[in-house]
Amino acid sequence: MQSVHALEVRALSKTYGTGDRAVRAIDDLTFEVEPGEFLCIVGPSGCGKTTLLKCLSGLLRPTSGAAYLEGTLIERSPDGLALVFQEYSRSLLPWMTVGANVRLPLLGRRVRRSERRSRAAEALDAVGLTGFEDKHPWQLSGGMQQRVAIARALAYQPHLLLMDEPFASVDAQTRADLEDLVLDVHERFGITVVFVTHDIDESVYLADRIVVLTHRPTTVEEIVTVSLPRPRDQIATKELPEFMEIRGRVIRLIKGETGESDEGDDIPAGVVAAHEEVPE
Amino acid sequence: MTRRLRAILLELWLPVLGIALWWVLSDDSTSPFFPPLRRIVEAFRDNWLFARIDTDLVPSLTRFVEGFLIATVVGVLLGLALGLWPLARRALAPSIDFLRSIPAPALISVMILLIGFGDGMKVAAIALASTFPILLNTIDGVRGVEPQQLDMARVYKLGYWHRITRIVLPAASPQIFAGMRVALAVALLVMAFSEMFAGTNGLGFFIVFAQETYRIPDMWAGIVMLGIVGYAVNLCFLAFERRILRWHRGWRATAQER
Repeated sequence: MQSVHALEVRALSKTYGTGDRAVRAIDDLTFEVEPGEFLCIVGPSGCGKTTLLKCLSGLLRPTSGAAYLEGTLIERSPDGLALVFQEYSRSLLPWMTVGANVRLPLLGRRVRRSERRSRAAEALDAVGLTGFEDKHPWQLSGGMQQRVAIARALAYQPHLLLMDEPFASVDAQTRADLEDLVLDVHERFGITVVFVTHDIDESVYLADRIVVLTHRPTTVEEIVTVSLPRPRDQIATKELPEFMEIRGRVIRLIKGETGESDEGDDIPAGVVAAHEEVPE
Repeated sequence: MTRRLRAILLELWLPVLGIALWWVLSDDSTSPFFPPLRRIVEAFRDNWLFARIDTDLVPSLTRFVEGFLIATVVGVLLGLALGLWPLARRALAPSIDFLRSIPAPALISVMILLIGFGDGMKVAAIALASTFPILLNTIDGVRGVEPQQLDMARVYKLGYWHRITRIVLPAASPQIFAGMRVALAVALLVMAFSEMFAGTNGLGFFIVFAQETYRIPDMWAGIVMLGIVGYAVNLCFLAFERRILRWHRGWRATAQER
């Protein structure tokens, strides 16, 4: 069992639409994530990062190739996988309290009510939101709402945590706090994390390895290993010469990429047909 | 306290003024059709405090509540099915549009043929007419659920039941309630009309019967009672809605701040 990857992406590609209107979003992606690893994915804007995460979480079916979670082919939403969306305001349920939101993923499982409560309390404690169970998400600040979304993922006790630009819409200080929170959670629970971001500093600060993607149609440009010591620190780590060096390397990789391609960034509206979504 | 008083004054000035004018201007009226308000108030007291509560008001309200509840259950369940299932929606939408275009009172004559003159006919007519606003709003609400919330539910492997009860129905509830508010007015209208058309008791019957037997003050008293019932029913519903949709007001208020 030693050799089983936490996540394995094999020659995965995704094309939206057919014929003349076909848009190749992902062209042949291959990489692996090891158990307990913190992997960041960065790339130029519009390079299909969200498409990739949708394929990994079983929401979209790849056109060809495959992804395996702990050796099992991902067809529908797999067990043991949690996803934190970019926009907390759209993925949290405003009609439920914070506590009910965090307990929600446990409804699909055979978990007793008392255990649901204790797991939710534990998850809220891990993100520093004890005492906010009975509030509604919209009564909290943006950063706190994203903490609720993270707590919801933790309560599910996933083996793999996918995060889709989770801190893109919070201010800088909150962002730094949330980065440290995710590092702490990763350390404490030993969860494998795949973290998509467009912020290069963030990716270097968080990751064990960084997958740098090319412009659309997307392939892996390079996989950069980040051998910075842990635990990381917002000031000390970022002052290390090695941090600057890796940061510069990733920036050059991405810049070189965007320089040579002038294609439009966005997938044209209407190309994503409903029938391409994975059926229920 | 003064703010509360001002709010009450602001809401009540027109009704109070209207009633006062009616009282003064009609006081020496000799017209048989527009009796003095004084006589209407007497007729109101004689009929509605509380002689006819049991014989007319309660039967009317019973029909109304039964019809409205049936409409709510049918409208929400059918709306849920059509909202979630595009094929069924396409197959049934034209028929629904046709049926809802027929003015409700016209349906009563068919109902009489099919079910007869009894309570069942009136409840069925109320239910049928007030189903449509609830049905259409539920379909819209269900279709408008945030896709990311459904994605989230799939990633966390929620079952169908939990997806419906925890996500789809609450997300659609503001629109469902808007439909119910419209349905409330329709139900009252059909209630009164069905009783006028084919009644042996009830508020509608009372008004028409008083008119036909030239008890004009009684007729006016019935109309006033009907107005009071409609207003009270609306107030009750709004209080219920405020409770259920408390999250929605809070959420919208914070969404506007940002």
